[in-house]
Amino acid sequence: MQKINSNHLLKVDGLSVSFVTRNGIVKAVEDISFTVDIGKTTAIIGESGSGKSVSCYSLLGLIPTPPGKIDSGSAIFDGEDLLRLSNECLRNVRGRRISMIFQDPMTCLNPFMTIGKQLAEPLICHQRLRRGQARDLSIELLREVGIREPEITIDCFPHEFSGGMRQRVMIAMALINEPELLIADEPTTALDVTIQAQMLSLITELQNKRDLGVIFISHDLSVVSDFADDVIVMQKGRIVESGDRSSILGSPRHPYTKKLLSAIPRGGKAVSSVRGDLPLVQVSNLNTWFSSARYRTPIRAVSNVSFSILSGEVVGLVGESGSGKSTLGRSIVQLIKPTSGSVKFADLELTKLSNSLMKHQRRLIQIIFQDPFASLNPRMTVFDTLAEPMQLHKIVEKRDVTSEVFKIMNDVGLASSSVRKYPHEFSGGQRQRIAIGRALAVRPKFIVADEPVSALDVTIQSQVLTLIQELIDEYGLTMLFISHDLSVIRKISDRILIMHKGSIVEEGSGSKIFEHPENDYTRALIDAIPGRKLQVS
Amino acid sequence: MIRFIVVRIFQALPVILAVITATFFLIRMAPGGPFDSEKAVMPEVKAALEAQYNLDRPILDQYFSYLADLGEGDFGPSFKYPGRSVNELIAAGMPVTAELGFYALIFAVIVGGLSGVIASLHPNTWADHLPMTFAMIGICVPSFLLGPSLMLLFGVHLDWFPVSGWGDISGDKVLPSITLGAAYAAYVSRLSRAGMLEVLSQDYIRTARAKGLSEWRVITQHALRGGLMPLVAFLGPAFAGLLSGSFVVETIFQVPGLGRFYVQAAFNRDYTMILGTTIFLSTLIVIFNLMSDVLAAWMNPRLRSELFNYD
Repeated sequence: MQKINSNHLLKVDGLSVSFVTRNGIVKAVEDISFTVDIGKTTAIIGESGSGKSVSCYSLLGLIPTPPGKIDSGSAIFDGEDLLRLSNECLRNVRGRRISMIFQDPMTCLNPFMTIGKQLAEPLICHQRLRRGQARDLSIELLREVGIREPEITIDCFPHEFSGGMRQRVMIAMALINEPELLIADEPTTALDVTIQAQMLSLITELQNKRDLGVIFISHDLSVVSDFADDVIVMQKGRIVESGDRSSILGSPRHPYTKKLLSAIPRGGKAVSSVRGDLPLVQVSNLNTWFSSARYRTPIRAVSNVSFSILSGEVVGLVGESGSGKSTLGRSIVQLIKPTSGSVKFADLELTKLSNSLMKHQRRLIQIIFQDPFASLNPRMTVFDTLAEPMQLHKIVEKRDVTSEVFKIMNDVGLASSSVRKYPHEFSGGQRQRIAIGRALAVRPKFIVADEPVSALDVTIQSQVLTLIQELIDEYGLTMLFISHDLSVIRKISDRILIMHKGSIVEEGSGSKIFEHPENDYTRALIDAIPGRKLQVS
Repeated sequence: MIRFIVVRIFQALPVILAVITATFFLIRMAPGGPFDSEKAVMPEVKAALEAQYNLDRPILDQYFSYLADLGEGDFGPSFKYPGRSVNELIAAGMPVTAELGFYALIFAVIVGGLSGVIASLHPNTWADHLPMTFAMIGICVPSFLLGPSLMLLFGVHLDWFPVSGWGDISGDKVLPSITLGAAYAAYVSRLSRAGMLEVLSQDYIRTARAKGLSEWRVITQHALRGGLMPLVAFLGPAFAGLLSGSFVVETIFQVPGLGRFYVQAAFNRDYTMILGTTIFLSTLIVIFNLMSDVLAAWMNPRLRSELFNYD
């Protein structure tokens, strides 16, 4: 489907980028070609390391050279080849005609500068405006992207904003010079699902108003499925498939695209067969408050929460960041001492146990964290990581430790040849498998899984989810599965709890929650799930 | 903010008291006393001298009466400079040492800061390796070797600067300041290089470049402040270190500062002088550490809002 040439805002042809590393030359991007039309969105989809960011950064000369090197190709923007512009000319394009927004608004804004100063910079630098004029324009734009009271907040520092607000500031900063092309690199990946929905509609709204061309980079096909005009799928530095949205989503041809599509969690879980009738975990009137020097009243992270988990049941706990879901999980396993209330585990009151008695229970109650890299000891091999808890809790005889380690590695899908490797030698998904294996090594009854798949790419995420499901059946586990992602939760849980501002606002089976949500917040969460069209199909 | 400072001062008091106590008893455990000498002194004279300075009383007695005097800001009389109090001697030596330390610090910050920043902008090139090699040498070479070497080169062979004295001939302050500051320049250089490299790899530097700012603006407006934070935290301890560590340089260059009194006092068992100087310097160390902590907190907006908008 060749469009008329004059509509092309950007035409990238045969771009190849390589990096010189200690292990030789790595080809990050190989021979990719794509176009972006005026006022249209081109989405680039791929998992981390597929070269999607590098290809866009190299257009603007933002990859460090050396070690990076643009080997070949051209990128025609308004009749000029970006890859051959001098640094001086390229700088005039950056931030004025092509601007960027990045993934993590926390680290992408300068923490030492007020946002007003950061916003005004592109104006002062490119349009030579005076400070006062730049400030007025900034306030205007902040209001347009939905920042309340911009006259006051313009003098705040980035840390005084929430993640979503920071991303709004980023967007305002990118649009302040009225660019023709916006490159958005995973702009919503670090955000909560409801904030993500707001950001996406903000970007499309601003795009329509300004006839802006957009390159939208994401690892998640469902995010772009609602608004992308063209979709490019990248794998290992190459484009494996490209086309307009309906053809990619409707009739994908490349196996990788099919895999990406099937990795989008959809549908609910079949009712678990092993579920017992007795509650294994009973939480009643649980409160966990944090006192803070800055506020008179304590922060009620968990406020009067009661629920129970039957043995063999998987309960999903959903909420946005800051809703208190992680605190709740940690309070249940007594990693954080709750302020008041009771947590009963098989009729044993955990909140009143002494530390030494709790130590015995720790074997039966395990927790898996979001970031496996941070929670695994970097100086311990897989073998040591798995064997240590077994020996500590005397799970098996000494001579059986080795065979037990291999059994667990087999169960969580790790090759037994990697038993002597260290965490950094594994990929993110494999590391999460190690962390799951470590939790299983002590043969627990109950596991709190705190966002175990949130840091993973979407295809890896679906593999790990399947693994967790298999292990629940095989080991007869009871689980509290915490996530911010409602579709992930729906896929794995028997029952869903919705948490908002420290309280459980709704509870019910997956189909009940999705088809007949009673609470407004639940409804907002469901509406915010990206790619609803895909979910239904 | 005020609360933060007050809390820190109260935390420092026990430290200073521990320093006083340790110094007081350690110096007395050292063999010999202030009135021993190679020539035989008549026992009656020595006893009279010791009585005059209360040295004949029980040691705990002496300790508490010293603390009492200290409470009134009196460091007591010097045992070796009859008729002069320790307060007077410190007051005489301190300005010279402070001036020397100040020049050395300026030298360290300018030379070290510049070379560190330049090195960080060209990592793994000659502009990085050259200053870093010098920094390594600067850290390794002791001042009693560097001082005489500089004297030989710039004083004797090139005849650019005088080789001793302080404030007598113009230019005589240059060599001692450089000698004292060299090691600190080396530390500053490595610190600012590491700090800048860290900041330059941050995402917000990429954002600044994506805005189309010139490289100069990216560095001066966005990178320097964060990159030099570790340096600010180092300045307090560094200045304190310069003041208390200047005696070698003062001896080499015949500078009439506090350091020389300090060393001589130790050799002479001039108890009050040793104690006075030690207490004075350790108090300065505490104060300068506090000042650089406050400054570092002030420069970090996040800490600033926490500390300064406190209740």
